[in-house]
Amino acid sequence: MSGGAMAHPAIVAEGLVKRFGAVEALAGVDLEVAAGKVLGLLGPNGAGKTTMVRILATLLPPDAGTARVAGLDVVGQAAAVRRVVGLSGQFAAVDGYLTGRENLQMIGQLSGLGRTRARQRADELLDTFDLRAAADRVASGYSGGMRRRLDVAASLVAEPAVLFLDEPTTGLDPRGRIGVWRLVAELARQGTTVLLTTQYLEEADRLTDTIVVMDVGRVIASGTSDELKAQVGGDRLELEAAAGVDPSRLVAAVDGLGTEAPTRDPDTGRVVMPVHDGPQVLADVAAALAATGVGVAGVAIRRRSLDDVFLTLTGQRLPAEGADLVEIGGEQ
Amino acid sequence: MTTLAPEETRTSGLVWLAADVATITARNLRRLVRVPTLIVFATVQPVFFVVLFTYSFGGAVDPPGVQNYVDYLLPGIFVLAIAFGASQTGVAIADDLATGMIDRFRALPMTRSAVLAGRTLADAIRNLFVLGLMTGVGYLIGFRFQAGATAALAAIGLALLVGVAFSWANALIGLLVRNAEASGLAGLLVVIPLVFTSSTFVPVATMPGWLQAFAEVNPITVTVDALRALTLGGPAAEPAWQALVWIGAILVVTMPVAVLRYRRITAG
Repeated sequence: MSGGAMAHPAIVAEGLVKRFGAVEALAGVDLEVAAGKVLGLLGPNGAGKTTMVRILATLLPPDAGTARVAGLDVVGQAAAVRRVVGLSGQFAAVDGYLTGRENLQMIGQLSGLGRTRARQRADELLDTFDLRAAADRVASGYSGGMRRRLDVAASLVAEPAVLFLDEPTTGLDPRGRIGVWRLVAELARQGTTVLLTTQYLEEADRLTDTIVVMDVGRVIASGTSDELKAQVGGDRLELEAAAGVDPSRLVAAVDGLGTEAPTRDPDTGRVVMPVHDGPQVLADVAAALAATGVGVAGVAIRRRSLDDVFLTLTGQRLPAEGADLVEIGGEQ
Repeated sequence: MTTLAPEETRTSGLVWLAADVATITARNLRRLVRVPTLIVFATVQPVFFVVLFTYSFGGAVDPPGVQNYVDYLLPGIFVLAIAFGASQTGVAIADDLATGMIDRFRALPMTRSAVLAGRTLADAIRNLFVLGLMTGVGYLIGFRFQAGATAALAAIGLALLVGVAFSWANALIGLLVRNAEASGLAGLLVVIPLVFTSSTFVPVATMPGWLQAFAEVNPITVTVDALRALTLGGPAAEPAWQALVWIGAILVVTMPVAVLRYRRITAG
């Protein structure tokens, strides 16, 4: 988390608790997002992400704890909070019997824009979200991606200072997902504070300034993507000795270049060394190997992904979704 | 980029309530002409009711003091069609809840009661159309307003008012049941027994004694009796105030409870 931006937090939650019957959806959650930053709320189903968003967007009152959005209390000043936030919920909440344009105009008018301004704003957003061609067709005929785009557009009608996006890319194809990513980046560039929930580690890694990892109603880790990766260790350099070369010579050759001493992995026979920054160390390693003349069959850098972080923190595997399981880094 | 200009800040509550209700009413009227089920509920069903009941029951039922059965029937069918149509309000509200529309509305700086008020106002406008359509079809098969224009307008007004009460009751059902199909069914399950134990199709005097006792205080009976008096002539004051008391009672209970429920409800 970068220091200076902490001065004016756009979202502050302290000790939020929410129970649904016997289920404790939130068990005392603290959270802070600096103005203009993007915070990713990461966690599996049932972690409490949606409950968190609903409390911050004034849809649900907390059972205990407080939350302020843009300096306004979400319980005591709920009406004022609604003037500065935009919400795109878990479902693409658009009226399927209205056209895309009618949906946006309706939201504009209900947000207090005048009729004329609501119409202008709808036009702007239809352009931004590449929905101009479909503007006058009813939304029930839209594809999933178009509906989601319309939904996100609706949350932006009143130009909110704080935007909540609850799993904005769920159900989108890769192209749609990239579209939402670009949009979030652009909004953040313009100064909008964004809190987004996601189950996708890659998404949190790419989009957010800060990541808060939740599991069963609690925050179990928070920090930047790099900080979280550092929590489970940095990169690892793996070296494979050439045929006929004694691995102990390899160990001796690279000793002192990593953050810890190199060791031999008894299973693979490879030499493994934790390093701070893999690619940077690679040049040193190459130089050392050339100087000592030790032959290698392969060099690899294994970078820690948020996937590793998540597994380490929660002890469970997320629902597999392709990209999440892809290892970052690889053979050099 | 994010501060709202002063003129966009909502100051006068009533003006904004009216603006929000108008927006939501427009939304529902647009849906009305685009959703096939709603079109059928608003057009085909009322016409079927008038024609089918007139000719199927007309030969068997001969209420005293009435020339044509359609004269007797039409005020009852007004209430039946409005009550059946109102079940779609519960369906729509439950659907809005399931699709996240209510979450969306609740996160907007709009008046909290506007979603329900706008829906019920749109229902009233639909009901005005339905009443006109049924009257038109009725006229083709012999129905006539017989108590003058003022009484006829009062009849339409009373029918619209009872429609507002039904709409709010069904909005509440939708918010309580939360499932569109179950809500539609629940709405009809309330209405059907009330309609068939009322004076809608047959005079209460032809019913067994135990049922008469219930039928006479049935809100549908008093409303239909008032409408009949206003269309056919006869003493209208007593059934009319009874009907108004019922309508008032239904609204006094359902409106605040529904609005309160709406303010707390969320999808999922």
